[in-house]
Formats: sequence, structure tokens, C-alpha cells
Amino acid sequence: MAKGVKPRIKVPKQASAGDMITIKTLISHKMETGLRKDSDGNKIPRSIINRFTCDFNGENVVDVGLDPAISVNPYFQFNAIVPESGEFKFTWYDDDGSVYEKAKKITVT
Amino acid sequence: MKIDRRGLLAVGGSLACTTLIPFKAIASETDEAIAKFTGGANIGTGGITLTTPEIAENGNTVPISVESGKASSILLLALGNPNPNVATINFGPLSGSRMASTRIRLRKTQEVVAIAKLEDGSFTKDVKTVKVTIGGCGG
Repeated sequence: MAKGVKPRIKVPKQASAGDMITIKTLISHKMETGLRKDSDGNKIPRSIINRFTCDFNGENVVDVGLDPAISVNPYFQFNAIVPESGEFKFTWYDDDGSVYEKAKKITVT
Repeated sequence: MKIDRRGLLAVGGSLACTTLIPFKAIASETDEAIAKFTGGANIGTGGITLTTPEIAENGNTVPISVESGKASSILLLALGNPNPNVATINFGPLSGSRMASTRIRLRKTQEVVAIAKLEDGSFTKDVKTVKVTIGGCGG
């Protein structure tokens, strides 16, 4: 597991049914491209988050495939429609096989 | 007619500009990535908006955002990077307006391309040029 990986998510706590809400996500990750060299001239191996998904109550919202051109601490902002109260589940997949997960609840009034 | 070096360069340069835009940098890899995404289908224009800064001072984090009303997935490419692929965004059934914004790395001044696959199976694209002052990718 890469060091210092911490997901941060912003989801509104409440919404009306059928509303479109904005979700912001950021995960701290060094996103090493595999192109850089260290001071001895050796290539630093690639280590990035290669996939990010967001689901709401088991239904997919977005599924993003990431390449090394995504910046350090990958940030995504997108919209979702919330039909009912429930839980957003966010998942990040690391090159080294680690999976980082975080969930956020939302109440629909 | 006498062909000197200067004349030849001028002709060659203008030809390259007219025929190869926008896929001049790393044509084969870019074409491959596009063909993989579209399956060789024709790509139209309109119906997709790619928002980038005109000038990015720091190529390590360039904020971009893409929006396309009826897209089911969007492919992002940076044509001047060592590897043109940037991201593939697939929208699920609960996605609201089909938009996403993120931050990308750009090695140098180049064109950023967004290709959207619409729900009816057709493709559309938008191209923006970003001027990069200090390149990313650590190269």
C-alpha cells in the first residue's frame, strides 16, 4: 500500500428527491508516472491510481480509467442524481493492487 | 523552377500544418487510442464542451472540465504528452449532467482532445490548445 493515501470527499448531507448534486473527490497519492528518473538515473517505477468508481446504493454513477497524465492527488468533480436516501460508495484502485474505499451518506427529503 | 532549401521548408511546413493538424505530435499512438475507443467510426463535432485554461503556468496541474449532454463515455487525450491517454470517463445511470472536471499533467504546449461516445452510438469531439509555461511529467 502506498504511503499517505487519504481520500477526501464532499457530498451534500441533504437533497430533494431527483435533485442533481455535485460531488467533489480528492485522494492524496503521488501518482508516479514511471517516466521520472531519480538522482542516480534509474527510472522510478510507475505507481498510480488507475481506476476510480462511484456508486450510489449499488448503481453506478461514474467509472473513470486514469492514466499517468492525471495530476498528483487525483481530483474529480462530477454530478449525480439521488432518487432516495442512501450511501455513496467511492473506490480507488491502486497499481499495486490496493483498493481504497470510502462511503458517504445522504438524506433525501 | 529552382527549388532552394528555404522554399522547400516553407512548402513542407505549410503542408504539415494543413494536413496533420490536430494529430501531428504522436500520431500513431493517438490514432491507436482513438481507434480503440471509437472502433473506427466517424467522429463529428458539436455537443461536447471541453474547458481548459488558455495558458497553464504549471503543467503539473492543469484544471480541465468536459461536458457533453448525452455522452455515455468520454475519452480525454493530450497529444503532446509521452503517452497521449489521460482518462476515460464512463457515466453510469445515476450520473447527473454528463460532466466531470479533473486536473491533468501536460508536458508542453499542446492540444487536448475530448471525444465523447453518445448514447445513440455516434462520436463527437472537441479540441483545445493549452499553452504550457512549465511542463509537467518531470521530463
